[in-house]
Amino acid sequence: MTRLPLSLLVGGAITAAYLAAALTSRVWTPADPTAMNIARRLAPPGEAGFLGTDQIGRDVASILMAGAWTSLGIAAVAVALGAALGTAAGLAAAAMGGRAERAVMSLNAVMFAFPPILSAILLGALLGPGGGTAILAIGLFMIPVFARIARGAALPVWARDYVAAARMAGKGRARITLEHVLPNISGQIVVQLAIQTGLAILAEAGLSFLGMGVPPPSPSWGRMLSEAQTWIGTAPHLVLAPGLAIAGAVLGLNLLGDGLRDLTDPRRDHSA
Amino acid sequence: MPVPPFRTALSLAVLSAACALPAAGFAGIDDNTVAFVQSVEPAGLDPTVSSPVAAGQVTWQNVFEGLVTIDRNGEIVPQLATGWEVSQDGRQITFALREGVSFHDGTPFDAEVAKFSLERILAEDSTNGQKALYTVIERVEAPDAGTLVLTLSRPSSDLLYWLGFPAAVIVAPDTADTNATDPVGTGPFRVAEWRKGDRVVMTRAEDYWGEAAPLDGITARFISDPQAQAAALKSGEVDVIAELGAAELFAQFENDPAYTARVGTGEMEVVAGMNNARAPFDDIRVRQALQMAIDRAQVIEAVKSGFGTPIGSHFSPASPYYVDLTDLFPYDPEAARALLDEAGLGDGLEFTFKVPNRPYAERTAEIMQAFFAQIGVTARIESSDFPAAWIQEVFTDTDYDMTIIGHAEPLDIGIYARDPYYFNYDSPEFDAAMEAVATAATPEARADAYADAQRILARDVPALYLYSDPKLGVWDARLEGVWADGPVPANDMTDLRWTR
Repeated sequence: MTRLPLSLLVGGAITAAYLAAALTSRVWTPADPTAMNIARRLAPPGEAGFLGTDQIGRDVASILMAGAWTSLGIAAVAVALGAALGTAAGLAAAAMGGRAERAVMSLNAVMFAFPPILSAILLGALLGPGGGTAILAIGLFMIPVFARIARGAALPVWARDYVAAARMAGKGRARITLEHVLPNISGQIVVQLAIQTGLAILAEAGLSFLGMGVPPPSPSWGRMLSEAQTWIGTAPHLVLAPGLAIAGAVLGLNLLGDGLRDLTDPRRDHSA
Repeated sequence: MPVPPFRTALSLAVLSAACALPAAGFAGIDDNTVAFVQSVEPAGLDPTVSSPVAAGQVTWQNVFEGLVTIDRNGEIVPQLATGWEVSQDGRQITFALREGVSFHDGTPFDAEVAKFSLERILAEDSTNGQKALYTVIERVEAPDAGTLVLTLSRPSSDLLYWLGFPAAVIVAPDTADTNATDPVGTGPFRVAEWRKGDRVVMTRAEDYWGEAAPLDGITARFISDPQAQAAALKSGEVDVIAELGAAELFAQFENDPAYTARVGTGEMEVVAGMNNARAPFDDIRVRQALQMAIDRAQVIEAVKSGFGTPIGSHFSPASPYYVDLTDLFPYDPEAARALLDEAGLGDGLEFTFKVPNRPYAERTAEIMQAFFAQIGVTARIESSDFPAAWIQEVFTDTDYDMTIIGHAEPLDIGIYARDPYYFNYDSPEFDAAMEAVATAATPEARADAYADAQRILARDVPALYLYSDPKLGVWDARLEGVWADGPVPANDMTDLRWTR
């Protein structure tokens, strides 16, 4: 049996810890993440709660946990949306070829050209800020990423002999895509899922920072950062806690993605 | 890798040079200019058009002047009028106008120009946001070039005061329509450049009628983020912050001899207005219950680091007419619940809280949301871009449940008598109290009438009364003449000078 890549183990462990925190926050947090206690505000870590309290006396550790649910949830749904639509578009482009392929990929290039944060702000202005808007904005910007990868991975599969055999056996393009192409590219898609989820968390934090994420009182890492700005001199833990949480989540997912790539990519020697 | 010592020394030298550079490069003391922070960029620079105070905060006194003006102590003083006489029956005011005044484009100022300016405010199609303050003027006449006569529909004790306000500055007929983008006034500075989203640059007007401003030029810098405001001051990019956006950033300047940090009195009342025409806010018990749900002292502690005074009505504690009414509906969640129950909303209440994206408003709203939750009330916070979107949604369309905003104009309790105004509050009793203020014959009667008006609002709670906060001003210690107090929401830079 081949040894599992170290990045996979570390990344998987970090991601699992975040998932556990997010899921636990649905049933238990050290304190109510929305309960303020102004008399006990700005307490440093250890003095009140594990990570101290924020500018209105809420427990920082509890907000972080509940924020993990918000961030991971939005990121996961957005990536699922982007991956489903993008992969479908990429597979279709590869299967159809010709003009249809060029049309799909041109549309893709146009979507790629829009700066994601700007499009998100535009969407926010049209639909009003909120979790749904954030999901839509991040999801839309994920579509071209998955479309490119799916098409790029699918094209060589279409050139394989067994695909040619399947065509000669009378199978249609849709059936070949589902039966032969998709299973062969799924490894690359899964790798990308992990990496894009990391990016989506970053994007969600960015949107919340700009006030385009979930509205208060729903906890959010990005808004924590934004609200903590003016306290950086007096209560640095308010900036450090969400900052490290975001960085850790992105690191974990990237390591996981790298590890998965090492595991699934047959050209790489992952015993080294 | 350990850094070799010489490289550390070198980078330290580079670093300190870099730190010293901005101070030398930006400081206004070298070219005798001052840059000041203005947190909200106005849509136009004409204070007689837009209703939010931002236009006046840039151009009032600096570029535009009025017949009279309000000085830094809140006193009415002559400006383009040298004096005035009020007739025996109080229904006629005769102004003697200053001679030799001209606009920046050379247009001379005379009684016809003054008449035009006032009639423009009162016109049917006037877009002046404060028109209601001047409707007592029935007729404007200019018997000769140096005399202006106002005939009033009734005696008014505060018209003169309002004539000193940004909304009543004198504009020339030919340039009135373009003042929003290309302001032409009679003030000591003229607008040289407006870089949208960044700054308005003003230079000294050489042919000013009065004593020339000590500064060669002033610049309004539009910086809304409090952290960025403080950073700009520290880097020397700006010299004055008349109102620091976040109280927690104030302490660092208080202890630094390079800056003057002043807690000045302000006229700002932060209130959470409700749409009194819309259910359930049309029920006085609901409004009173929500007022009792809020612990104002705690809000001030959390939002303003303790700088502020709880208010129980729409009046600034800095005013001599102020009555403390915070005891009428003190923080009492139990009583609040009971009252909601009585109003048939014992099972809870849910509404939209439209919050302008200003730091103080966002923070206050979030805390209020938590207080509301304690009595089973759910406020869904909805962010609204200020000023553009908020003005449209709340102020113009009154399409909202609850909102929150700081009212910066002094003595603006009369807004509750306006129809329409965004609270959609309608009370003949209150209108009568305001009528009594306007027609008060003695200072005592005026104080009594203002007290009555405050009591009616405190009882009816058309808006949740939260706090009045001081102006936390910070500026370069070498500057003299900055207004510490804020009798008018303004940045009057006409008397600033660099010392040392």
